[in-house]
Amino acid sequence: MNYSFHWRPVFQVMPEMLAGCLVTVEIAALSTVIGVAIGVALALGRTGGNRAAAAFALAWIEFGRNTPGLFQIYLVYFGLGSFGLHLNSYAALTAGIAFNNASYLAETFRGGLRAIPSTQTRAARSLGMSAPLAFRLIMLPQLFRIVYYPMVNQMILSVLMTALGLTVGLDTDLAGVTQHFNVLTYRTFEYFSVAAALYYLIAKAMMLTSRVVAWRLFRY
Amino acid sequence: MIEIEDVHKSFGALEVLKGVSMTVARGEVVSVIGGSGSGKSTLLMCINGLEPIDAGRVVVDGVDVHARATDINRLRRRIGIVFQQWNAFPHLTVLENVMLAPRKVLGKSRAEAEAIATDRLSHVGLKDKLVAYPSRLSGGQQQRMAIARALAMSPDYMLFDEVTSALDPQLVGEVLDTMRMLSSEGMTMVVVTHEMRFARDVSDRVAFFHRGRIHEIGPPEQVIGNPQRPETADFLKSVR
Ligand SMILES: Nc1ncnc2c1ncn2[C@@H]1O[C@H](COP(=O)(O)OP(=O)(O)OP(=O)(O)O)[C@@H](O)[C@H]1O
Ligand SMILES: [Mg+2]
Repeated sequence: MNYSFHWRPVFQVMPEMLAGCLVTVEIAALSTVIGVAIGVALALGRTGGNRAAAAFALAWIEFGRNTPGLFQIYLVYFGLGSFGLHLNSYAALTAGIAFNNASYLAETFRGGLRAIPSTQTRAARSLGMSAPLAFRLIMLPQLFRIVYYPMVNQMILSVLMTALGLTVGLDTDLAGVTQHFNVLTYRTFEYFSVAAALYYLIAKAMMLTSRVVAWRLFRY
Repeated sequence: MIEIEDVHKSFGALEVLKGVSMTVARGEVVSVIGGSGSGKSTLLMCINGLEPIDAGRVVVDGVDVHARATDINRLRRRIGIVFQQWNAFPHLTVLENVMLAPRKVLGKSRAEAEAIATDRLSHVGLKDKLVAYPSRLSGGQQQRMAIARALAMSPDYMLFDEVTSALDPQLVGEVLDTMRMLSSEGMTMVVVTHEMRFARDVSDRVAFFHRGRIHEIGPPEQVIGNPQRPETADFLKSVR
């Protein structure tokens, strides 16, 4: 071993790396929110009566869960380009992760809906609530609690997935910024270990925050 | 008045109700007894439209429950139902459980709904549990909360489906007492029950359900005290 560590250059660019962290969190949050919205639609589509909708939802879920996330991002970035739809790397990465999130969350939501006894809906309907009202007032709040931690986990996975942005040329997120300085200095070990620590901290901070929020939110 | 006219109902190939007819007058308490799987729960759910029927009619105060044009959600405001499983809404406090439908279905203000809910909860003896979550209540308390929740809609009719069957024996009494109180206040009730003493003491009439039909119906002194049909007598022997 004749490699000597030089940490100073890494700490000198810490402000840039922290700015990268913000972009990373932003992409993760955005792709989770989009994924939740689409995931609910896919879950309802799969369980609803419409055959075309069920087939579409199933295809999305199967593809999303059984192919590499990297390919999904590639397909959005390069694949859509073939159809004349050119997204920048930020949008492509967000959309690709959202696509992936939606397919996993759809199954989470479907399981969550099944975990709520049908007697809850029956009790609500017997009080004169319409089906949509019963869904909103009785099912949705209970579903939210059941899927809360799975959603948080999906968001943390999204944080880690953002590193794939490197492959579509994103240079503003944590991985992108890290790589930028890496190629300038070739202090690969130092940059990437510090970046890894930052990813770790982001993930832990999200988990902790979610616990505090859950404690405030779920009193029952 | 509830008028049930020749109601038929099948689940797939299984015909559960094979032509049931019965009327329940205002202020009357009718108990429904009978073996497991004879269709008692199904009948109750056909009365408030939770289950569709295949033939016949159910008419409540002149409104055909199963007619296409009937606003079933509006009709259900007037028909309370309490199930064997307690069905508390777990994410809401006791007070919120009872306030919810008056607010969101009847459109009452928060203050009005809270006043109604507090009144009904006091009535069933849960005044000191308003801010508790259902998971903190005993089965008997949850069941009384379910009764208060139905009463908060100020219904004209109350349907009870074996509301004490899932309770520990020592909790049965408090729920039956609540139902006794309601009947003494003049509530019209249809009560599916295995509690023969309750049926005998409280009912104006008792209907014995057997294989999807009302096999015998009459005052409790007859149906329970001196059954006219051998099947009724056999059933009563089996539950004693
Ligand atoms: N949703 C359903 N789908 C299929 N079969 C059903 C359904 N609901 C009830 N049944 C069947 O219909 C029959 C009557 O059921 P029901 O619950 O009305 O009986 P019950 O008299 O209330 O019995 P118990 O005393 O056990 O509560 C039973 O054989 C039951 O298995
Ligand atoms: Mg039953």
